[in-house]
Amino acid sequence: MTTTSTPTPAAKAAGATADYLDQRTGIGVVVKTFARKIFPDHWSFLLGEIALYSFVTILISGVFLTMFFVPSMGETTYTGPWSSMQGVEMSQAFSSTLRLSFEVRGGLLMRQVHHWAALIFMAAIVTHMMRVFFTGAFRKPRELNWVVGFTLLILGMLAGFSGYSLPDDVLSGNGLRIADGVIKAVPLIGSYTSYFVFGGEFPGQELIPRLFTVHVLLIPALILALIGLHLLFVVLHKHTQYPGSGRTEKNVVGYPVLPVYAAKAGGFFFVVFGVIALMGATMSINAVWNYGPYDPSPVSAGAQPDWYMLFLEGSLRLMPGQAEFVTWGGYTVSANIIIPAMIVPGILFTMLAAYPFIEAAVTGDRREHHILDRPRNRPFRTAFGVSIVVAFFILALAGSNDLIATHFHLSINDITWAFRVLIFVGPWLSFVITKRICLGLQRKDRELVLHGHETGRIVRFASGEYIEVHKPLDAHERWLRVQHEAIRPLEIEPAEDSRGVRRKGYALDRMRQRVSQVFYEDRVEPVTPAELTASHSHGEHDALEADVHEPTQVGGGSHLVEPDAETGVEGRNPQI
Amino acid sequence: MKALAARRHDRRAPIVLLLLALLLTGGLYAVLAPTSADAAAAAPSASDIQTGEKLFQANCATCHGPSGAGTASGPSLIGVGAAAVNFQVGTGRMPAQQNGPQIEAKPVQFDDEQISQLGAFVASLGAGPAVPTEDQVDPSKGNSANGMALFRTNCAMCHNAVGAGGALSRGKFAPKLWETSPTHLYEAMLTGPQSMPVFSDTNLSPDEKRDIIAFISEQGDVAPGGLDLGSLGAVSEGLWAWIVGIGLLIGAAVWIGAKSS
Ligand code: HEC
Ligand code: HEC
Ligand code: HEM
Repeated sequence: MTTTSTPTPAAKAAGATADYLDQRTGIGVVVKTFARKIFPDHWSFLLGEIALYSFVTILISGVFLTMFFVPSMGETTYTGPWSSMQGVEMSQAFSSTLRLSFEVRGGLLMRQVHHWAALIFMAAIVTHMMRVFFTGAFRKPRELNWVVGFTLLILGMLAGFSGYSLPDDVLSGNGLRIADGVIKAVPLIGSYTSYFVFGGEFPGQELIPRLFTVHVLLIPALILALIGLHLLFVVLHKHTQYPGSGRTEKNVVGYPVLPVYAAKAGGFFFVVFGVIALMGATMSINAVWNYGPYDPSPVSAGAQPDWYMLFLEGSLRLMPGQAEFVTWGGYTVSANIIIPAMIVPGILFTMLAAYPFIEAAVTGDRREHHILDRPRNRPFRTAFGVSIVVAFFILALAGSNDLIATHFHLSINDITWAFRVLIFVGPWLSFVITKRICLGLQRKDRELVLHGHETGRIVRFASGEYIEVHKPLDAHERWLRVQHEAIRPLEIEPAEDSRGVRRKGYALDRMRQRVSQVFYEDRVEPVTPAELTASHSHGEHDALEADVHEPTQVGGGSHLVEPDAETGVEGRNPQI
Repeated sequence: MKALAARRHDRRAPIVLLLLALLLTGGLYAVLAPTSADAAAAAPSASDIQTGEKLFQANCATCHGPSGAGTASGPSLIGVGAAAVNFQVGTGRMPAQQNGPQIEAKPVQFDDEQISQLGAFVASLGAGPAVPTEDQVDPSKGNSANGMALFRTNCAMCHNAVGAGGALSRGKFAPKLWETSPTHLYEAMLTGPQSMPVFSDTNLSPDEKRDIIAFISEQGDVAPGGLDLGSLGAVSEGLWAWIVGIGLLIGAAVWIGAKSS
């Protein structure tokens, strides 16, 4: 920087401090490289930031709460201002929660901010994860970051559950009782583990202090460390970007972190914090005084966990109870709990965690990807993702079956049966429908590229023929629709080589091919340059068969020319 | 105010309390003695029973039989008492109408006098619980903390922790209790309408019933934390977190994203 004006004393001081730090820490290099990082602009890239900022909000409000919360199951008698608790025996944990709510200045606000922030944190994680999934941002080199993110999702759920259990009200006790039941249902080690976790028979005296350590120390520390790693990966890998003209696998189009992006991000923190604070100030959440101190006997109607655990509740509610059986030797196997509480979530979450690796194996694709996919161009993945979301959604609805019954005047038995059917049919149906929609949208793209926009202008020729005038797409519009490659099922070598000897590994290859056919059999190829020229020479009105396309040229649209370089073929999407 | 009262711990407190209690008993005696005479005076007259019978024959006999002994379409009313009638007719459940999974409350079809006449007639068929007095159902005389504990163990599994209502099997449901009058609350416990169990005076003493009424009367209007979102718990909170929270934040994100390009 060269300035001729004399610097002000303040600027001088700042410069000197910076220099001092730089000489001792070398921080200058870090700041420089980081400040020059380019961050592409798109609203969906801010979803991860919502998660980050709501986590910061959780930390700030949580620190406040720890100052007043008493993590103890010791008995006391309530003498505070809430009249319907007067003289009631309760644990210190519960009574300190009441004190926080009614006596500590700003305590109720902080409690509500903390809880709303937790709900929004989880919702932001889920939407962020959907963004990453549907755009294929998890592909190489970001698979590991997907796994880090997935771990954060699980940790977020644990953080929420452990926090929900701390106030020691009836609801939190109900939740813990379910956790206890699930632990006990684990074959062989179940009851020992339960005694180990609770320090004796449920609920015992140990649990709240233990949960407290887990909730305020262990999990937040893990989350913080993993968020650090997660963001480090984002910086190392550089951010992905949506396809468009001028965007390649080798560049990132956007704003440098300093100053534009940092200013926006800083502002966005206050937006997130503001929305959460507003909710905390105006909307009641987890009114523990309604439920009263924990006591193992009562369970009230409408007892549910926070939304991100609702799928588990739903899974349990859907399971018919008859599945429990007794083996030889008198051991009870609680399949009625094992299936809904371990196997079903186990399958769903394993599929989520493993999907990037499954997809990479099926496509045999080992290239790096920095340009995101448009969801329609990957019909299998999009449909698969939608069906997982639908499965979770159905389970969450099943977890609310009693509220659905009272609010829509339905019979809870019918609802439960409907969901038992839906949990099998729904994901499958949504898979089929989503795939159809994606293929349909791709065909629409082909139409547009080949024939241009409809203008509604009808022209009559001297011969008496009518045509509608179509306006061709400009280069940028066209590029967006043709830049991707259509992935095709794997082609494998024949079972026997030229001399008729059976090839080793054929069976495995055949299996991989089968799977990849499931993924990529149905597809719409992007328009090739040859097709485009053909459609232009035929004249706009000449309808081109747009359904079954087996173009002679391999590689589909990747052979089309990018608008910035209309002169030559860019082979930047090499064949697999 | 409650806070102040609750936190006084004074050594002289027991003496003061004793004095107060003595005063109260004396006062109560003075007040109650004449009321029992009133109650006797308010005992149904023969003409009330007669008008009640006419109303009954016109409106209820098709189902409950001309003598109230029941038919295939309605149970016997002998021995259910005036309390049951006051509850059933006073909440509009009777005369029953549709054949849903549960006979529901609807606009009341009789005025208070007719209801008490109907009650007088049904009570004359066989002794049963009477309509509770004002004093028995006065929320200000109950102990809401005890009511909370009793409500949790006896009612919350059907009616939700604060009486916001809940689902029962096959389309039946336990209604929300916040708009129910104290008298109807008491009578519901005493007579156990439809799928609800009867809470006789040996299950829940009259004082305990009043404690429960005191607890319920404190629900539904005050939510210290802001909007109560229906007091339905985590599901409605989750719904609002998505609609308001994520809705607003994604809106803001789109706005910020759009600012650049
Ligand atoms: C359409 C038929 C029908 C009519 C008309 C009808 N009821 Fe009923 N009533 C019933 C049925 C059915 C029940 C039983 C509800 C249950 O417990 O499931 C019942 C229950 C009652 C009960 C409660 C009995 C108990 O065990 O607590 C009372 C009291 C009662 N009716 C009074 C009346 C009165 C008074 C009228 C006239 C104003 C009336 N009913 C009109 C069908 C009818
Ligand atoms: C087994 C579930 C169950 C329990 C336990 C139960 N109720 Fe009910 N309650 C019901 C049902 C079902 C109805 C609706 C009955 C009807 O419409 O005739 C009802 C109706 C009521 C009503 C009438 C509401 C109105 O205005 O329409 C009141 C008041 C009431 N219950 C209070 C209580 C109280 C107080 C307790 C605890 C002492 C209690 N209930 C326990 C199921 C229950
Ligand atoms: C504690 C919760 C999380 C926080 C705070 C967080 C934060 C972020 C941030 C700020 C970014 C960069 C901006 C963006 O693309 O949105 C990002 C990127 C990413 N996140 Fe997360 N995330 C979290 C959870 C997850 C989860 C659950 C997953 C998936 C399982 C995930 C996978 C990814 C991936 C793959 C990227 C790179 C995306 C790209 O470059 O396009 N994250 N994360």
